[in-house]
Amino acid sequence: MRHGKYRFLIGALAPPLLLYGVFVVSPYAQAFYLALTDWDGLSAEAGLVGLQNFADLWSDPLFLAALRNNGLMLVVVPTATIALALFFAACLTLGGGMRRRGRGVHGSGLYRIVYFFPQLLSVAILGVLFQFVYTPGNGLLNGLLGAVGLDGLQRSWLADPATALPAVTAVMVWSAVGFYVVLFTAAMESVPTDVVEAATLDGAGRFTVFRRITLPLVWDSVQVAYVYLGILALDGFALVQIMSVGPGGPDNATEVIGLTLYRAAFTYGEFGYASAMGVTLFFITLTLTALAMRATKRERVELA
Amino acid sequence: MKPRLLKPRLTDGALHLVLAVWAVLVTLPLAWAVLSSLKTDAEIFASPWSLPASPQWDNWARAWQEANIGKYLLNTLIVVGGALALVMLLGALTAYCLARYDFPGNRLVYYLLVAGMLFPVFLALVPLFFVVDQLGLLGTYHGLILVYAAYALPFTVFFLHAFFRSLPAATAEAAFIDGCSHTGVFFRVMLPMARPGMVSVGIFNFLGLWNQYLLPLVLNPDPDRYVLAQGLAALAVSQGYRSDFSGLFAGLIIAILPVLLAYLLFQRQIRSGLTAGAVR
Repeated sequence: MRHGKYRFLIGALAPPLLLYGVFVVSPYAQAFYLALTDWDGLSAEAGLVGLQNFADLWSDPLFLAALRNNGLMLVVVPTATIALALFFAACLTLGGGMRRRGRGVHGSGLYRIVYFFPQLLSVAILGVLFQFVYTPGNGLLNGLLGAVGLDGLQRSWLADPATALPAVTAVMVWSAVGFYVVLFTAAMESVPTDVVEAATLDGAGRFTVFRRITLPLVWDSVQVAYVYLGILALDGFALVQIMSVGPGGPDNATEVIGLTLYRAAFTYGEFGYASAMGVTLFFITLTLTALAMRATKRERVELA
Repeated sequence: MKPRLLKPRLTDGALHLVLAVWAVLVTLPLAWAVLSSLKTDAEIFASPWSLPASPQWDNWARAWQEANIGKYLLNTLIVVGGALALVMLLGALTAYCLARYDFPGNRLVYYLLVAGMLFPVFLALVPLFFVVDQLGLLGTYHGLILVYAAYALPFTVFFLHAFFRSLPAATAEAAFIDGCSHTGVFFRVMLPMARPGMVSVGIFNFLGLWNQYLLPLVLNPDPDRYVLAQGLAALAVSQGYRSDFSGLFAGLIIAILPVLLAYLLFQRQIRSGLTAGAVR
């Protein structure tokens, strides 16, 4: 190689690493330290309080409500999204029968274009849009229910403690399904058609083909989807902050960890306490990623 | 076997029905928002379904000027454009150095960068606010650009690292023999070869940065510099009192349109760019 290698390397790597160090590494490192203090952002010195912040978290009703709601979303969002996405992806690829040889139903390209579209809406736009969809008086949802004669089901979706969290969760699922339909369809299309044909000739129906052949072959994608959707379900901050009343919902029905943290830090100035929440969230994320990777681990199917 | 070969035709109808239901569910809220953006407030309150008596394009003009959507759009373009250019340049350089050069600490730097993808941004939020504040960058374009770029760096490096690894070594060696400098090889030989990867990760980053809400909310408190996401959210709160619903719907549509148009033009690249990011 030519001379001047190290001069080039230093010149090329110094700016990005400086940027990364100042704005990413140092804040993350500081957060772990701040979590052990009672810093209020004003005093010059932060008093060390050990693990007191973490102990306080477990008796903070707001944080516990947030933990419960994120937990519920963590169960519902990945499961519902993956189930719907697998179902639609299967409809798109397994349809069409033998004539179209695995190219899927007619117009599958168009469905993909439409399904993917919510992925392009930013969370802020989603929040504002669905706030209107759920508006009691002139909202889309109540309007729909009225149009089909189900006036009895009309309600103030975001103001009712029973429906506020499901309403927010539904938006997450609504916006995520299309992305995973596209992801899963791409994986399913790479399943060789001769394997599917052989199974069909052996008398396997569509459902059997899906369960015995397609699903095992796209399992890698499902695993990835689980992790991504889990991280999504642990957030929810923007949607809740924009959509829900309060924000945080009636009776803290839509409180999420991100919102509790944001409020503790930037409304009440409890920066040490907020950092402890961040640290807790980090360990939850880490644990769940590891668990999801482990739980969905299966024999890898290799095609020769 | 005969019946099975005939059956698909029949069930395809059912499949289309199911698929169409979701297609309607996806498009309905947007179509409704477009419709509402062209109605008067009185019409919106009268019925969520009715068509506008005459399209109120005036709503759009009002959103653009009085509700500052035009200004927010410009702010967003400045910040996202700047951050995108910065992160693509720095990310490509870093990925290239780590993928093609051997030096002590190479692995350490790589893992340090990639680990950034594991941490939730909420963890960094509080200290980040004070770092940005102490540097005097709170509520400035360049402050946001630097922070956006820093947080987009890990994925960019991770994605392009694999890409630069897969490029053939022979071309770079030939360029070195011809007397090309290290910088020259990167900009004139390797970067052009990495174009498909740059496009994918560029699309991914653009949408990610365009959609940012949390970072500007904390780091960009000046209403004059609000990005679109912030501006819309703030409008949704304040317009509720002034009840200019048609104007807010119009603002919403204006905010959606640029990305929607880009998607319709480049839908294949955008879909593959985004999903390629997920399977890595």
